[in-house]
Amino acid sequence: MPTTSITLDETPLVLHLLRRADDALILGHRLSEWTGHAPTLEEELALANMALDLIGQARLLYAYAGSLAGHDEDQLAYLRDARAWRNCLLVELPNGDFAQTILRIVLFSAFMDPCWQATTRSADPTLAAIAAKAEKEVAYHLRHSAEWLIRLGDGTEESHRRAEAALDALWPYSGELFEADAADQAMIDAGIAPDPATLRGTWDATLADVLARATLARPGDTWMQTGGRTGRHTEHLGYLLADLQYLQRAYPGATW
Amino acid sequence: MVSERVRRAREAVSTVVDPEIPVLTIADLGVLRDVTEQDGTVEVTITPTYSGCPAMSVIALEVELALAHAGIEDGRVRTVLAPAWTTDWLTAEGRRKLAEFGIAPPEATSSRRALFGEPAAPPCPRCGSGDTEQISAFGSTACKALWRCRTCREPFDAFKCH
Ligand SMILES: [Zn+2]
Repeated sequence: MPTTSITLDETPLVLHLLRRADDALILGHRLSEWTGHAPTLEEELALANMALDLIGQARLLYAYAGSLAGHDEDQLAYLRDARAWRNCLLVELPNGDFAQTILRIVLFSAFMDPCWQATTRSADPTLAAIAAKAEKEVAYHLRHSAEWLIRLGDGTEESHRRAEAALDALWPYSGELFEADAADQAMIDAGIAPDPATLRGTWDATLADVLARATLARPGDTWMQTGGRTGRHTEHLGYLLADLQYLQRAYPGATW
Repeated sequence: MVSERVRRAREAVSTVVDPEIPVLTIADLGVLRDVTEQDGTVEVTITPTYSGCPAMSVIALEVELALAHAGIEDGRVRTVLAPAWTTDWLTAEGRRKLAEFGIAPPEATSSRRALFGEPAAPPCPRCGSGDTEQISAFGSTACKALWRCRTCREPFDAFKCH
């Protein structure tokens, strides 16, 4: 394993796989940070299980991207600098409180649920096979997080206040999920990936349903944050990577 | 025509068990997809149950060991994703063993339920009562949920319907 950072030849397909994989790994890493700190034992298991699903999805996607780009999954996870990460900004933000952690899973899963379902019909058989596993897992994540958000929003004055604050904080990061650049368009045209614009209606309907049950008002249209898909990240990603990549950076090629 | 070597390999790897549910063999689980021989190399094809299932690497290792014990030195393990594993791949024998072990087997057919639909209640594997409730959709492993029986009051694991 090389000891220095790698750069990749990002064909549209490799870039698409990295965007999906990086979303999954970074959110999985964030959820794993709750291990040992969750409010109840059942929630501890739930957050760890969701983290495991996401990291598992990331591994399948990295293995495929790596087979096309000439790297293995570990190199893709451990040897890319922040500017080479293609995840959306939403997933790299710190967990915040429990309400913010839950709301992020709702926003992300409400998008990934129809996205993975549509991807099961991808013209790329490997990606379709990964989607067939992921779409079942994300359905659990969406249901679990949505049920929590309803309990928080429609709970006590304090839990409602926190859920509302989380919604205000994270909403401007939801727009990036629907972005499509030239590389994405090439994947859409080839029938490999769904057009995110076609997922908007499902996402809107899910959010409308969940927010109404949670007695939370949907924030109005606002300026949306952007940049993650092209490597322009918040400062938080650097700290996360320092943690995630520490061992392979300090002891290059270490195995056990 | 299945060669004697493939038959021996299949017999050997069929006894490999899931490290997290040791009453189930990988054949019961439907994780074992195929055993073939190509150009003198025995290839065992397995498929993961869940994307992040940590048991898969242990299973792959156990398969290689089982082949070696059966005298098949150059065995190879291949992991495939398609067709995706669902709980429909669990054999009837696997379902019976699960129930006996105290884990409620999944419903016979996997299907997506509505976002807020109630999960179908599995009967209690201890007393058979149908009066059960879900405690958590996530259990001790990726494939199980946590339930409780309202009749005998015992908690139990239920295999998730996927
Ligand atoms: Zn009972």
